[in-house]
Amino acid sequence: MENHTEHTSHVHRDDEGDKMGMWLFIFTELLLFGMLFLIYAVYRYKNPVAFQLGGNELDVFMGTFNTVILLISSATVAMSISAIQKGNKKQALALLSVTLFIAVVFLVNKYFEWGAKIEYGLYPGGDALLELGHGTILFFGLYYVMSGIHALHILIGIGLFIYVITQIRKEKIHSTDYVWLENTGLYWHLVDLIWIFLFPLFYLIH
Amino acid sequence: MSETTTSTKHVSFLEYQGKYKGILGWILSTDHKRVGLLYLYTMLVFFSLAAILGLLMKLQLIAPGYTIMGPQTYNAMFTVHGIIMIFIIVVPGLPAVFGNFFLPIMIGAKDVAFPKLNLASWWIYIIGILVVLSSQFIGGWPDTGWTFYAPYSFRTPANVLPALFGAFILGFSSILTGINFVVTIHRMRAPGMTWFKMPLFPWTLYATAWIQILATPVIGITLLLTVMERVLGVGIFDPALGGDPILYQHLFWIYSHPAVYIMILPGMGAISEILPVFSRKRIYGYKAIVLSSLAIAFVGYFVWGHHMFTSGMSGRALYAFSFLTFIVAIPSAIKVFNWVSTMYKGSLNLQTPFYWATSFIFVFMIGGLTGLVLGSLATNVHVHDTHFVVAHFHFIVFGGTGYAFMAALHYWFPKMFGRMYDATWANTGWVVFFAGFLTLYLPMFALGLQGMPRRYYDYLPEFHGGNIISSLGAILMIAGALIIIVNLVRSSRHGVKVSDKNPWGGKTLEWETDTPPTLENWDEIPTVSESPYEYK
Repeated sequence: MENHTEHTSHVHRDDEGDKMGMWLFIFTELLLFGMLFLIYAVYRYKNPVAFQLGGNELDVFMGTFNTVILLISSATVAMSISAIQKGNKKQALALLSVTLFIAVVFLVNKYFEWGAKIEYGLYPGGDALLELGHGTILFFGLYYVMSGIHALHILIGIGLFIYVITQIRKEKIHSTDYVWLENTGLYWHLVDLIWIFLFPLFYLIH
Repeated sequence: MSETTTSTKHVSFLEYQGKYKGILGWILSTDHKRVGLLYLYTMLVFFSLAAILGLLMKLQLIAPGYTIMGPQTYNAMFTVHGIIMIFIIVVPGLPAVFGNFFLPIMIGAKDVAFPKLNLASWWIYIIGILVVLSSQFIGGWPDTGWTFYAPYSFRTPANVLPALFGAFILGFSSILTGINFVVTIHRMRAPGMTWFKMPLFPWTLYATAWIQILATPVIGITLLLTVMERVLGVGIFDPALGGDPILYQHLFWIYSHPAVYIMILPGMGAISEILPVFSRKRIYGYKAIVLSSLAIAFVGYFVWGHHMFTSGMSGRALYAFSFLTFIVAIPSAIKVFNWVSTMYKGSLNLQTPFYWATSFIFVFMIGGLTGLVLGSLATNVHVHDTHFVVAHFHFIVFGGTGYAFMAALHYWFPKMFGRMYDATWANTGWVVFFAGFLTLYLPMFALGLQGMPRRYYDYLPEFHGGNIISSLGAILMIAGALIIIVNLVRSSRHGVKVSDKNPWGGKTLEWETDTPPTLENWDEIPTVSESPYEYK
């Protein structure tokens, strides 16, 4: 076969399209979590007292701490986009490293939070939980499922940040081509936003 | 442009030699046409497998009692048949094959918006299939039916996990294809192609893609929760732990009803392409078809409750869902009138795609009208979970989507492979298949009305007659399918070569590219000035 490399030279670039794709993906995520919120609403309506008592069991300090640092990380990732737009690679890398660090801290906190509950047997199928009523079982079931799926998103975010940082290092992402970073930022804001709803639903409503 | 340069540059995508050779040149190719064909070949393999399972079930039902299999095997068969046919064949269906192949060409683009993501969708699809089928080798087949109803799906000792998780993975493939198509249609239409100059097949893909994006995550989370229910016992759907199994049904059908429109809308789009070409006439009511497609996609979200009329809902909810179900039938009926009016006084060109398209309208109408029987509350209670339902959805999903798929496959075959199918065998296959199809499914309506339940390997002696006819129909239909498949596979290699860009005389852009198209479809992106069906 002859060589046709001249045919593949066409490079399609459309930053607006790329961002649109990310927004559509965010719609998907919203529907996914939306169903979980729907399930939460149904069971909270059916078991108001158990959900209230369940909320009392959670550590409000830990939850607040995680909320604050996650909000800060949303700000730092937004600032890193401004930095890259201005061509300030060093600053962008520093801000992204802070974001990455906060994401890891969030998961470490989650580990201790979950660990403390599991120690008491408060986990799906755990002895202590099964002795409590149906409402409490559902509360903790939803707590683990919803914060667990959220934590999975944090984990994916960590992967994205590592990728974006290496791409900036390699000059693949720079002041005229940074849609990857913007999309990562969009994703991270979504993860943050979902937590903003999870936090009051599980920790604060009494 | 000079003749000498075109002759050296114009290499069809089938022969194009990229970075990789042989099979790697296909499974690592980001060319939308190759990805489309990858889906086609994959579906051919798994359709054959699931069709054989269907045939075995019909052979079991040819006589009451144990004929060739016992109850557990039968349960496993209808489960795997359903999972493959729904999640692996008809949900990806026309968008994955013809959408990938023709969407970019029909809107005058060189590829989809995200070619790498497109290839990744196929790989995710393959991984999902492998996970689903791994149950065959690890722990045996699931027995829940493709609906995985709670609480049975996490109580049964059968091996349900791989199917649940595999279907979850397949959902990602569907979502990513949907995102790809929406962005492609928004951003990559050729200059001059305004929204209402876009052909109808891309329009229906657009409506479908939105359902894929907004409905698939619902089944994703539902399946994931069922996995967690089975592995961890979180209790959300488990009545023993305070959960509500009816909630599972709601969540399941919030996706799975819109999914019916994922299956049928692109089929309607393909039929809307084919009829004007073979009637040599402008499509009747272009805007009505566009708007009714969007209406179907929208209203389709609000009718899921009609799958659960006997599950336990408030009377008010029942009336609302029944009413909405009647509403959603209207846009489908509008389309049928559009198609029939398109043919009226047309100069008909009786070719295989046209036969498939007209028989599509016929079976789709039977399927649609029996859907109204199921949508009204009183009759639904009578025929719920009987063979009537099975006949209805096979008329819609297999009769609708399947016939549209075959119509599209014959219509675009010369463009895809640069060769023509053998018309005599294609027509023979259609006749045999059509006859077999009606013989197989029509008796099921009667059996259902008489009260024969679905999903049992056995039945009362009074249902014997109808089942014999139905089973013989199944054999006839499989014979027809075999003729069609052998003919198409043979023709793709040895058929008469087509070099004409436009063998059918179509007006849409795919007929202005080479046959088969080159790697990036166009030397120069075309400019569009007319609406797509201007026959004179």
